[in-house]
Amino acid sequence: MASADVPEESPQSNWTSIGQDFVNELGDLSLFALQTLGWCLRRRPAPGTLVTSLYTVGVRTAPVVAVTGLFIGMVLVVQSHASYQRLDMSSLMSRSVNLSIVRELGPVLVATMLAGRVGSAMAAELATMRVTEQLDALSCLGVSPIHYLVVPRFLACVLLVPLLTILADFTGMMGGAGMSIYYYRVESFHYWVHAQGSLKPWDLTMGLIKPTFFGAAISLICCHRGMKGTAGAEGVGRAATEAFVISFVVILILDFFIALFLNSLYDYLWTASDLNPL
Amino acid sequence: MAAPLLSLEQVSVRFGSQAVLRQINLQIHKGETVVVIGESGCGKTVVLKLLIGLLEPTTGQATFDGKVLTRLPEKELTRQRLRFGFLFQGAALFDSLNVYDNVAFGLRAQGGFPAAEIHEKVRQRLLEVGLPMTIASKKPAELSGGMKKRVGLARALALDPEVMLYDEPTTGLDPIMTDVINELILQTRRQHPVTSVVVTHDMKTVVKVADRIIMLYPLSRLTPSEPQIIFQGTAAELQQCQDARVRQFVEGEARERLRELGQANSLAPR
Repeated sequence: MASADVPEESPQSNWTSIGQDFVNELGDLSLFALQTLGWCLRRRPAPGTLVTSLYTVGVRTAPVVAVTGLFIGMVLVVQSHASYQRLDMSSLMSRSVNLSIVRELGPVLVATMLAGRVGSAMAAELATMRVTEQLDALSCLGVSPIHYLVVPRFLACVLLVPLLTILADFTGMMGGAGMSIYYYRVESFHYWVHAQGSLKPWDLTMGLIKPTFFGAAISLICCHRGMKGTAGAEGVGRAATEAFVISFVVILILDFFIALFLNSLYDYLWTASDLNPL
Repeated sequence: MAAPLLSLEQVSVRFGSQAVLRQINLQIHKGETVVVIGESGCGKTVVLKLLIGLLEPTTGQATFDGKVLTRLPEKELTRQRLRFGFLFQGAALFDSLNVYDNVAFGLRAQGGFPAAEIHEKVRQRLLEVGLPMTIASKKPAELSGGMKKRVGLARALALDPEVMLYDEPTTGLDPIMTDVINELILQTRRQHPVTSVVVTHDMKTVVKVADRIIMLYPLSRLTPSEPQIIFQGTAAELQQCQDARVRQFVEGEARERLRELGQANSLAPR
């Protein structure tokens, strides 16, 4: 029960405060992103930092991404097989499976995996460094924490999320093919013939543009949460959780807008005129 | 009289709705060792971070060598910060680097030092703080609290700073290690021409190292018209000071505070 001395906040002022916080956070994140981009252009990452980040983001994430892709491909076949079989068109499954993986599921799932596995770890690491004053120590030794800590993580994510997506796409397609051919006994030749025609260069382009943006968003959000979080052990935990939740929501929002934009661009460039090279 | 090397002019600091410092004026001259004392939460560490430009005052200004640090462009601010050495409360060693890389960090970041020179400087600084080169390959997690502080001091001294800032250098250490750190502060002053600012609540450190002592009082227990610096003087003057708030702190007497907290009956010594 509210104390008589403390005036209860009206729902309206509560919403205003949430709105103000949101705008403040967004402004702070935008400034943080600009500073990171500025450092990327001004100076190379500090020696050794990029290799460590590439290893953490790439090598250590590759196995889990490959397994995720494999099972997504397999489950897509399990879910769609009955419908295709009813139409006696099982070999056409390869089209929908591959298209779903390359255009949507591959990029989104890899980004989600990365936000969970690498992003929250980044946030927790930087938040711990903040709590233990290591970020201040960097500044005192003449090193920008953004240049030393954020730039290598940002570059590693931007470079490697598309490559990890290619890996997930590949294992996903193999998983789908394996399940169709060896479990559901779909004719291998027809499956691959349909698979061949299912993907156009535009689909592959779309499937690689998205993860580049996802990688940038994950690294910036997670590093920002880590460096700007509240103090204490609770602050570190909260930074890691918030980093994942915000990254996940932003991945989905970005996915929607990038898909909308790229589809409109495709329609504008090629569908209007009957030339359709892609 | 020469202009102060470090100064705070009418500095106030607020974090959100919480005021931490109010209208602080402080001048520190070259070669001085100033000790800032006061209860936990009275803003001592904030003073240190203002002096090196890690925090920006809400009002007023912090100057170093005549320059307002927070108004400097980033490159110049970095250059000025390299004239400082900062020993953090928890040493703030980089977890992912070993002792050698921690001490060599500032030298490498600055660039222009050959590997042999860096090696010699690291060896020399570790020796100065009484640590052998055999610990150079150890990670901070493998060190004791006292060793961490000494490595932190070696790292801060590696760039030959003009100003040393110590944030509670003896907190959490046993009495022997406390004295070792106090001696190291004195030794640093003897061996290097540094100006030092020490933040502490350890009276042994105060008596041993201070040229001048400044005592801050928490804003929450001051009226709006009272100044936040409640004492300024030498160690001898501190012993003579009759201000009840200063005496309580110097003698470690909690009776008045307990009474304020409404716990006098149950906790105060009878």
